[in-house]
Amino acid sequence: MADSKAKPGVLLDIRNLRIEATVYPPGEPPKTITLVHDVSLTLEKGKVLGLIGESGAGKSTIGLSSMGYGRGGVRITGGEVILNGRDILKGGKEGFRKLRGREVCYVAQSAAAAFNPAHRLMDQVVEATLLHGTATRAEAEKRAVALFKKLSLPNPETIGERFPHQVSGGQLQRVMTAMALCSEPDLIVFDEPTTALDVTTQIDVLAAIKDAIRDTHVAALYITHDLAVVAQVSDEIMVLRHGRLVEWGGTRQIIKEPRQEYTNALVSVHEIEHAEQKPGTTPFLSVKNVTAAYGGGHVKVLKNVSVDIYPGQTLAVVGESGSGKSTLARAITGLLPPEQGTVTFDGRPLANRLADRPKEDLRQLQMIYQMADVAMNPRQTVGTIIGRPLEFYFGMRGKQRDARVAELLDKIEMGKGFIDRYPAELSGGQKQRVCIARSLAAKPKLIICDEVTSALDPLVAHGILELLLELQKEENVAYLFITHDLATVKSIADSIAVMYRGEVVRYGPKSKVLTPPFDAYTDLLLSSVPEMEIGWLEKAIKGRRMASAGN
Amino acid sequence: MSSPILKLIAQRIALGILLLLAVSVLIFAGTQILPGDVAQAILGQSATPESLANLREQLGLNDPAYIRYFRWLGGVLTGDLGTAMSSGQDIATSIKGRLWNTLFLAFWAAIVAVPLAIILGLIAVRYRNGWVDKLISGLALASTSFPEFFIGYVLVYFFAVKWQIFPGISTVYDGMPFGERMQAIALPATALTLVVLAHMMRMTRAAILNVMQSAYVETAELKGLSAFNVIRKHAFPNAIAPIINVVMLNLAYLIVGVVVVEVIFVYPGMGQYLVDHVTKRDVPVVQAVGLIFAAVYIGLNIIADIAAIVANPRLRHPK
Repeated sequence: MADSKAKPGVLLDIRNLRIEATVYPPGEPPKTITLVHDVSLTLEKGKVLGLIGESGAGKSTIGLSSMGYGRGGVRITGGEVILNGRDILKGGKEGFRKLRGREVCYVAQSAAAAFNPAHRLMDQVVEATLLHGTATRAEAEKRAVALFKKLSLPNPETIGERFPHQVSGGQLQRVMTAMALCSEPDLIVFDEPTTALDVTTQIDVLAAIKDAIRDTHVAALYITHDLAVVAQVSDEIMVLRHGRLVEWGGTRQIIKEPRQEYTNALVSVHEIEHAEQKPGTTPFLSVKNVTAAYGGGHVKVLKNVSVDIYPGQTLAVVGESGSGKSTLARAITGLLPPEQGTVTFDGRPLANRLADRPKEDLRQLQMIYQMADVAMNPRQTVGTIIGRPLEFYFGMRGKQRDARVAELLDKIEMGKGFIDRYPAELSGGQKQRVCIARSLAAKPKLIICDEVTSALDPLVAHGILELLLELQKEENVAYLFITHDLATVKSIADSIAVMYRGEVVRYGPKSKVLTPPFDAYTDLLLSSVPEMEIGWLEKAIKGRRMASAGN
Repeated sequence: MSSPILKLIAQRIALGILLLLAVSVLIFAGTQILPGDVAQAILGQSATPESLANLREQLGLNDPAYIRYFRWLGGVLTGDLGTAMSSGQDIATSIKGRLWNTLFLAFWAAIVAVPLAIILGLIAVRYRNGWVDKLISGLALASTSFPEFFIGYVLVYFFAVKWQIFPGISTVYDGMPFGERMQAIALPATALTLVVLAHMMRMTRAAILNVMQSAYVETAELKGLSAFNVIRKHAFPNAIAPIINVVMLNLAYLIVGVVVVEVIFVYPGMGQYLVDHVTKRDVPVVQAVGLIFAAVYIGLNIIADIAAIVANPRLRHPK
């Protein structure tokens, strides 16, 4: 009668799950915080449930609880996790080990990091199967090759002999899916499996995962912050916020008729209306036929690139990883001196090398980075961080400097109270705001924004973009906005340069670039952006004219 | 084997040879700066100016320093380390036996210390922050904190004097049976093991703990591997480069840093030989021993570098 709790057809039944962690805030006694508050869910055999929410919503924590696993000091302190008719929380360590890799498998966000660099792929793919003794090595390898084929990996017979660094990110993500499927589990936890990929690669991986789930009848928890992605693969969607359930329903209901305000906010498209400014007569910065290379000229990453930037306007540079977007920024700032071509600023050529540029030129070009937390010295306060360019470029000291720091904090909509805080005490969005203030402090003509919103939750990113646009109006600063996200481009750009393998393949005012007829690559890029439509994935795959480079 | 890796290894070896040449210059220069005169030292206080001049001419001491350096270096390269001033014996012949003794002792100390240190390191990581970890770290730290002579004398007191299991004086001679030889070196080898153990153990622990944060360790845990297998199969292979480095440094120490232990146990190795001749101001012997120590040090570090290169799958299997 041990199975009295089990409902027929139900694979996973989580009841009143409570998850806690102990945190050690600096200078304070350790305290216990609750990450997940009494969340319940059920998942039937062969179904896919999407868990969605912003960072800190507890999605991954709930997902991993189905394997009895807590990251860091995370503990499951209450509730039941009933898998295949038994409460796994009662099974102890030994019980967890028996179900991990056999009944439940895990696909991580970054397969590139989740594969051990020291072992061949095949050894890692069959490891769990062999460990649990469900097949012999020969059988397991045969199964793996069949899965590689199903996930349309190139050279399925031999790809297993390769090491992780010899395979691209999109392929690794599919190998990881094969690894999860290899031990024929009942449930797979997909933890943001396509978030780290380029849009053009994401669509292939997504399609491969969807087919594999359908053909193997495995159930899945699909964790992501991207509703458009989860709408393609899930039967049901659960919206979480701050570790609490917000809404749970069928995919169609959640995206078409959300009942909760928060779900509605997530679902509605946040396009910022940004009227395109016509390019002025003279650009203040022009990049002319720049070619740049790494490794002493061996690896050409920029080929004959020319773009212009006009005062107070935004040039968006889009393309997938490895297309040369960030290298263009490095060439402009002098971090990577171009081999050929020139960068002119205010009608005169800029020195190629950073070291040869006068302080005044350095001041005019500032940068903001993707990872705000590593771009700041963790041992300096916000006041010191923002005050540094004031001292360095303008020689400001004491009261005058503090007044200007306060003014800048005000501009980024953060009060004076932040002046003595350390970066660790700020949220992701606040950190990025401080970086913006630091770059503005130099009163530059141009700020290069390198994927500044990519690491942020959509709603926070939205706020940052609005701030950037407002500051542009006030300060008449120009942006070179590097991103892979086309939605961002639409909301901020005046002109767009599409880059592919080191070349600018399409360049012009926003309205022109985004109007058909498209070249093959721009078409691929635009058609790969997930839309919140059921069945979009199949349509998009069918309509493609070229394969993505990540494969 | 692919070409980038061969190129890297060739570079390391070439660099090592250059470094060794530079060290030889330093050793030669250092002994030249020392006050005193070799001819005076050989002939003593009562030598006449004529005989001193004659000997200087005979030894080539009147030639410029660089000519004497190249003469010395040429000799070293052809296996002629010169003759000891104090005894008049050929240095190469006397060093041979001594070097063999030192290597013998270092070898057996290493055979015990290296695996023990790594296994203790693995165990410490497995039970990290628990009492097992703290006990291992504490004991290892204590054993390195005590000076070598203290450990040596404690060992002699208990094992040689009180319980009389092993000899307190490690005399070895040519043709000594293997068993007796092992018994003779038991105490110095134990003392050396205790000295080098902690450094290697703590480095192993730190290097593995560093990779325990990686996502692939989590992947392994989520496959259901036991905690110890996660460390052995997934963490250890990625921590191997820093571990090899510290192991090689300690092996070098076992060979060149054993002076104190050799003196305590009166073991006829290189260290004792060096100390004897430093007190006698026997410059050619000091030069020869210094050069050999430098060669051992550089050689082991090259091996560590090469092992780290070979252990890196990115270099071993390029794209």
